[in-house]
Amino acid sequence: MSLNVMLRQLTMGFGQSCLIFALTLLFSLPLGMVVYFGRVSRIKPVSWLVKIYISIMRGTPLMLQLLIWYFGPFYLWKMNIGGYKFTAIILGCSLNYAAYFAEIYRSGIESIPKGQYEAAQLLGYGKSQTFLKIILPQVIKIVLPSVTNEVITLVKDTSLVYSVSYIEMFAVAKQIAAAQTTVLPFVIAGGFYYIFNFVVAWVMELFEKKLNYYH
Amino acid sequence: MNLLEMKHIRKSFDGLEVLKDISISVKEGEILSVIGPSGSGKSTLLRCATMLEHIDGGEISYLGEIAASVKDGKELYVKGEKRKQISSYFGLVFQNFNLFPHYSVMRNITDAPIHVQKRAKAEVYAEARALLKKMGLEDKEDAYPCQLSGGQCQRVAIARALALNPKILFFDEPTSALDPELTGEVLRVIKSLADLKITMVIVTHEMAFARDISDRIIFMDKGLVALEGTPEEVFDAGHARMQEFLGKFNV
Repeated sequence: MSLNVMLRQLTMGFGQSCLIFALTLLFSLPLGMVVYFGRVSRIKPVSWLVKIYISIMRGTPLMLQLLIWYFGPFYLWKMNIGGYKFTAIILGCSLNYAAYFAEIYRSGIESIPKGQYEAAQLLGYGKSQTFLKIILPQVIKIVLPSVTNEVITLVKDTSLVYSVSYIEMFAVAKQIAAAQTTVLPFVIAGGFYYIFNFVVAWVMELFEKKLNYYH
Repeated sequence: MNLLEMKHIRKSFDGLEVLKDISISVKEGEILSVIGPSGSGKSTLLRCATMLEHIDGGEISYLGEIAASVKDGKELYVKGEKRKQISSYFGLVFQNFNLFPHYSVMRNITDAPIHVQKRAKAEVYAEARALLKKMGLEDKEDAYPCQLSGGQCQRVAIARALALNPKILFFDEPTSALDPELTGEVLRVIKSLADLKITMVIVTHEMAFARDISDRIIFMDKGLVALEGTPEEVFDAGHARMQEFLGKFNV
């Protein structure tokens, strides 16, 4: 197999990795906020359920969760899971990452001094105004480094979907390596992951710098 | 009619009674200072008056309108539009400023008048610039709080509170977080407000300042009003507990 063909196949696989990455972020970042609100809900059963959810998501391997999301419906309800694989992957990854993001948001929101809420109350801001205008912008600055960490981990975690035989870059690399008995595709795939994460870190650093106008 | 009337206010934290049946009233245009040892309940009194803390007993009213009352354990706080209206009567200057760090000085002052009171932007900006000038901060409108000294931050906080045109302004130990050098500039600004006849309630440890600026002084001790009167009456009364307290300040 020529290097050219190998690169083309890996690049196509990389496209799939990027798709999983982008969709997972798209869903899990906002979902994390919803999970946070559930976590701190004054309705006890809600906060309890969310706590259990976070505990399970963080306490078990993502690979295992993906297997359950994909094969679970078949074993439980004999559901036809043909064509369902991609949905299961995005569902599994998003729900897993939302749990982590929720805890990151919580740490950020809880670090905002009480005085900020009190000042906002005295100035007449409503509850949602206070959260959106006063609290959230400060939280974003605080949590950005932790979110960067998660995002970088997510880039690498997209490779876990090979466990449900989804063809993305890592699966492609494994196939080529086995067929051609060469380690080269792994090296190239590693390069792809590394460069992608390098860009992610660079972009996030730009965001951080942009928010550095105050401390 | 009194601008602020607090009757028989009681407040406990975890079983510790901080305010024990306190009644105070403030007339329009009056400057009232509240002094007393730490833990005597001064700040709690302000926090109850501004509804940051809920009272356990008593009644609070502004201009004759009841804002909060607790009778037989039943708590009644005004809600909705009425609450908004009553809340617009008062402003509070915090001990540690509580400026919004992500907003410029100008936005700290103008955001609430524009987005809460829905006033015209041009008018609010013009007023804010006039306020900053009064605070001696006309060159700081684009600065961020982290670039200012504590004294400058507190002056911005005063401007922020004034921008909403409250009828009464509360100060919760406005100079306690400042070093002595910066205390003077903040006290001077507060004094300049006195000339404008703005109603003020000031919790302070600055005895000379309180004596100088106040129409009336309340000396609080152990959750009670121990002494109340004109500055002369309070400082020269020969009240034993008051003298003991003042002795620590060498006034």
